[in-house]
Amino acid sequence: MLALQFIPFREIEYLNSAKRINMILKVVKDERIVLLEGRLKPHEEAELIRKTMEEIDERFRGIELSVIHPENKDDLLFRRIKTSVINAILGDRKGFTIVGPASVVKEIKKDPDKIQVLTGISLGDD
Amino acid sequence: MANAFKDFFMRLFNGLFARKKNIRLGLYGPPNGGKTTLANRISMDWLGEEVGAVSDIAHETREIAVKEKVIIRRNGRSLTFNLIDTPGITTKVDYEDFVRLGMRENEARTRAKQATRGVIDSIKRLDEVDVVIVVMDATQDPYSQVNITIMGNLEARKIPVLIAANKIDLKKANIKALQSAFPKYKIIGISAKYGKNMEDLYSALFEMVK
Repeated sequence: MLALQFIPFREIEYLNSAKRINMILKVVKDERIVLLEGRLKPHEEAELIRKTMEEIDERFRGIELSVIHPENKDDLLFRRIKTSVINAILGDRKGFTIVGPASVVKEIKKDPDKIQVLTGISLGDD
Repeated sequence: MANAFKDFFMRLFNGLFARKKNIRLGLYGPPNGGKTTLANRISMDWLGEEVGAVSDIAHETREIAVKEKVIIRRNGRSLTFNLIDTPGITTKVDYEDFVRLGMRENEARTRAKQATRGVIDSIKRLDEVDVVIVVMDATQDPYSQVNITIMGNLEARKIPVLIAANKIDLKKANIKALQSAFPKYKIIGISAKYGKNMEDLYSALFEMVK
């Protein structure tokens, strides 16, 4: 069975980086795929990878990670700056982040506006 | 007004590098992109010696290797780099992948453990580089999250970056896909293995830090 857990941004909004990462990794290590509203900050993405490496063991082999994020290329400069400042302070709610255990999610393909999650289980599996 | 700002920041930027004795040049990217092949190529071109071993099996480089005082010369000027070859950054390491490639289980487990350590070291080292060449395999999907995370972290740290689209000697290489994925960045197509377009890469590097 493929288990997906949705995490709305408000659930991580007031958490510090370490707690955000721990929350995601806890779900993933429980063999569920996280669908997070919005995205982590760049340093949090790097920290998620670093922490994942620390936790790899006999059972946990790592994660597959992908972010789908709409880029507003046509926005006015002022609006882009405003969005950047808000994102820096409050976090980026736009788009989605998918994090799955590598044992379940074999690959995430991005196109870049479409995401395909390729799992290692067939539809007939329990 | 905009030009005045640009000039100010360029002067500030150039001043920073002028004061630095050796510029710390990091080679970053996912495993098997050709970072060590490129490090070897640069080091051979300017020092006449290699940095590390290369292999088709991922995670051949599991420790950071530094080649100091690599002096690159261009049009009568020179820049001195400390060339830092980092282990490939990845989100997963499975020792069974190495077993499938013919390694003994003990050897595979050791390699996997060292590979995870290497990724951790690469990420930590991001805070200790001045400029970066991100080495991407031009035959692979450019939208890999590792590529995006590396670029995002370099941008957030305001580290000047150049993308080396490696393996252009292969038919499957698609530089346009990389340009479309990273339109804000200077991308140079190279073949580190055969030394193709290295002059362009050195010129772009010089442009970035002169």
